Parts: sequence; structure tokens; C-alpha cells
Amino acid sequence: MFYREAGQYKTSYAADMAVFPLRQDRIGLAIIIAAAYGLAFTKNDFLLQAVMIPFLVFSLAAIGLNLLTGYAGLLSLGTGGFMGVGAYACYKLMTAFPEVNVLIWILTSGFFAAGIGVLFGLPSLRIKGFYLAVATLAAQFFLQWAFNRVPWLVNYNVSGAIEAPLRTLFGVPIMGPTATPEVRYLVVLTLVIFLTWIASNIVRGRIGREWMAIRDMDIAAELMGIKLLPTKLLAFAVSSYYCGVAGAMLVFLWYGGAEYTVFDINQSFFTLFMIIIGGLGSLIGSFFGAALIYMMPIGLGMLLPAILAPFGLSIGSETIEHLRFLIVGALIIFFLIVEPHGLARLWQIGKQKLRVWPFPY
Amino acid sequence: MDILYKIFLEPFALMASAPDLLLQTLWEGLVSGVLYALIALGFVLIFKASGVFNFAQGIMVVFAALTLVGLHEKGVPAFLALILTIGVMFVLAFAVERIVLKPLVNQPDIILFMATFGLTYFLIGFGELIFGGNPKQMISRELFLPQGSTDLQLLGGLVRVQHIDIAAAVIASLMIAALAVFFSKTRIGRALRAVADSHKAALSVGISLDQIWVIVWFTAGIVALVTGIMWGARSDVSFALQIIALKALPVLILGGFTSIPGAIVGGLIIGVGEKIGEFYWGPLIGGGIETWLAYMIALLFLLYRPQGLFGEKIIERV
Repeated sequence: MFYREAGQYKTSYAADMAVFPLRQDRIGLAIIIAAAYGLAFTKNDFLLQAVMIPFLVFSLAAIGLNLLTGYAGLLSLGTGGFMGVGAYACYKLMTAFPEVNVLIWILTSGFFAAGIGVLFGLPSLRIKGFYLAVATLAAQFFLQWAFNRVPWLVNYNVSGAIEAPLRTLFGVPIMGPTATPEVRYLVVLTLVIFLTWIASNIVRGRIGREWMAIRDMDIAAELMGIKLLPTKLLAFAVSSYYCGVAGAMLVFLWYGGAEYTVFDINQSFFTLFMIIIGGLGSLIGSFFGAALIYMMPIGLGMLLPAILAPFGLSIGSETIEHLRFLIVGALIIFFLIVEPHGLARLWQIGKQKLRVWPFPY
Repeated sequence: MDILYKIFLEPFALMASAPDLLLQTLWEGLVSGVLYALIALGFVLIFKASGVFNFAQGIMVVFAALTLVGLHEKGVPAFLALILTIGVMFVLAFAVERIVLKPLVNQPDIILFMATFGLTYFLIGFGELIFGGNPKQMISRELFLPQGSTDLQLLGGLVRVQHIDIAAAVIASLMIAALAVFFSKTRIGRALRAVADSHKAALSVGISLDQIWVIVWFTAGIVALVTGIMWGARSDVSFALQIIALKALPVLILGGFTSIPGAIVGGLIIGVGEKIGEFYWGPLIGGGIETWLAYMIALLFLLYRPQGLFGEKIIERV
């Protein structure tokens, strides 16, 4: 009805190739971004601190993994480790050069993660699939060990934890104990929008098409003149960059401090679940997946006691944690059976149906 | 120079000067290697028969052991609990085949792999919901498993051998022998091997894939139960075991995904390598390298020989 392309003529190649060719899409996106910024002014600290900031951070990590697994077809179980590299690199840089703006260090720390990612991505030329998954597990366990055992990384801090120092931007604290959730949310939101915009351009361009060619069939891609090693390593580098930035934001803009256990293997698995449920090879799917996997336990935590209360049953937080595992597992199986392409595909189908409504075709 | 000395000379000097210590480390490595091999065996069974890389094997070990202990805690006699647990593993195999595998036939391998991820988390949640998240004591006394240890006078020192470790090695060998006979001599075993070679050819000679998959998951479930009992008897039954079970992955890479002897040899190599590495070289870089050494060994090995020690050569066809 209102979601129609009738009357929108494309008069140039640029208009035809646009990311959002439909005017309605552009308006919708503008409304979503405006609403996201508007949330900061609701002064609802719980919503911002416990829901929106982690959702955005995990979305960014999911985008990172999606670039590697969804677009380039390289399965990785080392996301947690790469996120950790970003966080620890950011910590070292921030404490070594306190005069430089911290936003620069957050964005720079991703490059360290990228370097480590390339190192562990080197075997990807010879091996693929499950074998590569095991190779990235080596990265995960080795890095986690290093975070724990190399005291230099935490500046010889006896507690072994990294903590966000107080840092400001234009005189407003954006990091550390005095930074309000509103400010941190705005910083995270801006960074995530910026990086998502870059990612959407990468995957639509030559690099992204090369990744997809390799994913679909690497031998054919090689015959077409795509150099496998540099392209695969680039996928590792870009993916690890995103994960690294997400890791730095996770610790310094959300938790405020962390130990090495934050970056354990469960982090890797949950990021992988996000992209499976959200949709492999889809940026918007990364957001959907992060929303579902991260917010579902919060929702369950609020919903279940409310449902059970009238029956005189009380439910502990432990049980909710167990139910979370159970439901996440069941959901993964459910989605793989019903829609292997995840929520992103459902979204697309919905949009397509809306476009031709009320006709079926 | 000092660091070179510490890496290349000191550990070997230590080995030569205290052979009993080396023997003790070797023995411990072999024992944990047997357990890795048992988990890897479960992986290989399912991978051979259905091409599914069963990530859930580790949690199946925990789940089987927990069911056994949990049933016993409820007052069921030990051996009845054992039989009931076998029944539970059969129900699990049946449910997995019906609910997870059947609708996903003909999907790419990676999708099936991810489905077993889902299964893993489902079983973690389910197990914790029913049996609670706390570690439990394995009922080794009730199952007549030997306890205690013997000190052997060897190479001028004492080598301590836990009785349960000997039992584990014996039971594992027996089970592997039984599986070998089952695979080569029985009708079902031949059918399993046929399915492993080619699904289509097996279907065309009248082998029911559904049936075979249930059998193979059930077999893997039994292997998981035995592994769970053995491992639980050495430490205790907890969900942390599931992460340790990931060690079976480097074992598989070393041995090859489709080879049962490979799983065993790979398990022993990883077990010994990691104990020796931890004991002699670990202190150099701060210790605790056991968590990743196995993966690094596998990673280096992959670069040199991607198909593993005993795996079939990987031939890519377009």
C-alpha cells in the first residue's frame, strides 16, 4: 500500500545501484536512526545501560564475524579472542598515551586485532570448514591464556583486570566511572553506525564480491583470477578489526572493566549463534541476531516470573540462565530447519510481500 | 643464550636425570590421551556414518554421566541406573535423528554442524535444569570400579599408578575391540560402513538411513557414557568437562576425521605431548599452557598434512 516503488524512476546508474533504492527504505532508516539517537534523551538508564549498549556492541561483533563466516565462508570460533585483543590493545594504548583522544585509540585497537587475526588466518589457505574452525580455536585458547598469564598486558596490575580510566571528549566524560550511560550510548551508537556504513560499502564493492565468490566456490573464484590468500587474509583482517573494536567498546564503554574470562569461548559461540539466527551473509541479520540472543534472556527474566507468579511458583535467576541455554539451543535448531538463512531472510520475504500486496506475485 | 639453554637443554637434562619423573609424566599423558581418544571415537563414529561433525559429543559425555549419577541419587540401584541411562541415550539418539537430522538431510555440512551446536546448548540447558549445575561425585564404588593407587618401584624412583587409570585403559581397549568386531563382522556393522562410503549406494541396496543413523548415534551415546564414567571417576562430573571435550578436535585433526585407529593414536599423542610440554616447557612461559598446546600442535600439523595421520587424502573435484 504505502510500500511501493511506483513512480520512483531511476534516471542514473548511481540511483540504480543505491544501497536503498526505495524512498520508503531511506525514510524508514532515517526514522530508525533518529529514534535511536532520541533514546538517549529518555533518561532511562536501565534501557540504555543494560539493553541498548550491549545490543549495539554485540551487533558490531556479529557484523565482524558475519564478514568472515557469512561473506567469505570461513568458519571462525575465535571471535572472543579477537575481541579480547582489541580490548587489551586499547587498554595498553590508552594508558601509554593518555593525552590522545580515546576514540582514536578505540578505532586503532582494531588494527592490532586485525594483525592477530591475519596471523591465525594464515592456515585458511590450506584448510577449510571444520579444520579451520579448529585452527581458530587455537587462537581462542591461546589468546585467552595470554590475557591471563602475561602481566604486561594489564600493566602489572595485581588484580589482573583492566579498568576504564576517566577520559573525556570536549570536556564531557565518555569513559570511566563518571561517564553517564547516555553519553556512552551516544558514543557507541555513532561508532556502530559509522562502522556499519563502512561494512555495507565493503561487502557491496569489489572486496565483498570477491569474498562471496570464494565462499560459493573457491576453485572457481581462483580460476576467475581472485587471489585466494590475500583475499582470505583480508577477510580475517577486516573481521578481526570489527571484533577488536567491539571488544574495546564492550570493556570500556559498557562494563567499565573486565577480566580475561569475559573473552572466553562462550563469547565466540554466542556471537556465532547471533549470525546463524540473524542470517549468514547479511548485515541487518547481525543486528536481528544480536537482538534476539542478547535480549531474549532479559525478556525471559522479566516475563517468566510474571507468567508463573499467579500460579504461586517462583523462579530463580539460575533457572532462567538454564532456560536461556535450552531455548537458544532449540531456537538454533528450529531456525536451521525452518529457515537456514535466518531472520534476515524472513525480513526480506516480508518486505517483498509488502511490495506486491495485495497480490501474491 | 640463556633462553636457548632453557628451551633445548635443560628439559632434556631433567628427563635424563630423573627418568622416573619422565615415566610418571608419560603415564599421565597416556591416561588422559585414552580419554581424549574415547571422545574422538564418538566423533569419528558419527562423522563416518552420516558426515555430520557432531559438536555435541562432549556434552553427550557430560549428559550421560549426569544422568547416571542423577538417577542413582534418586535412589535407583547403580546397575539399574546404568541400564536406564543406556535407555536415555537411545531415546536421545532417536530424538536427534527424528527432530534434528531428518529435516536437515541434504543441507550443506556446515548447517548440520551448526545444528549440533544448537543441540549442545539445548543439552547444557536441559541437563542443568534437571540435575543442577553443581559438580557431582561419580558412583565408582557402586559400579565396582577399582580405587586407590599403587606405587611401582621403577628406574630408581616411585611411579604412582591410579587403579582407575588402568581400568580406564583396559575398558577403552575392550570397547574399541568390540567396536572393531561390530563394524567388520555383523550385518549392521557392514551396513554402517556402506553408508559411510556412499549414502546413495547404501540406499539403493536397501539400507535404511534412518535406522542406521539412530544406531550410530546410539553407539556414540554408549561411547559417551563409558567416557563419562571413566572421566567422572578420575575427577568429578561437571559441565566444565564439556570444554575439555573440545580437546578431541585437535585429536581428530591429528588422526584424521574418518579413522578409528587415527582417533586412538592421535589421542595418545596429544595426551602425552601436552603433559610433557606442560611439565618440561610450561614453566618457561608461565605455565598453564595445557589449555592451548594441543590446538597449536594440531595447527602446525594441519599446515603440513591437512588430512591427518590416517585420513583419506583430500581430493577436490569441481
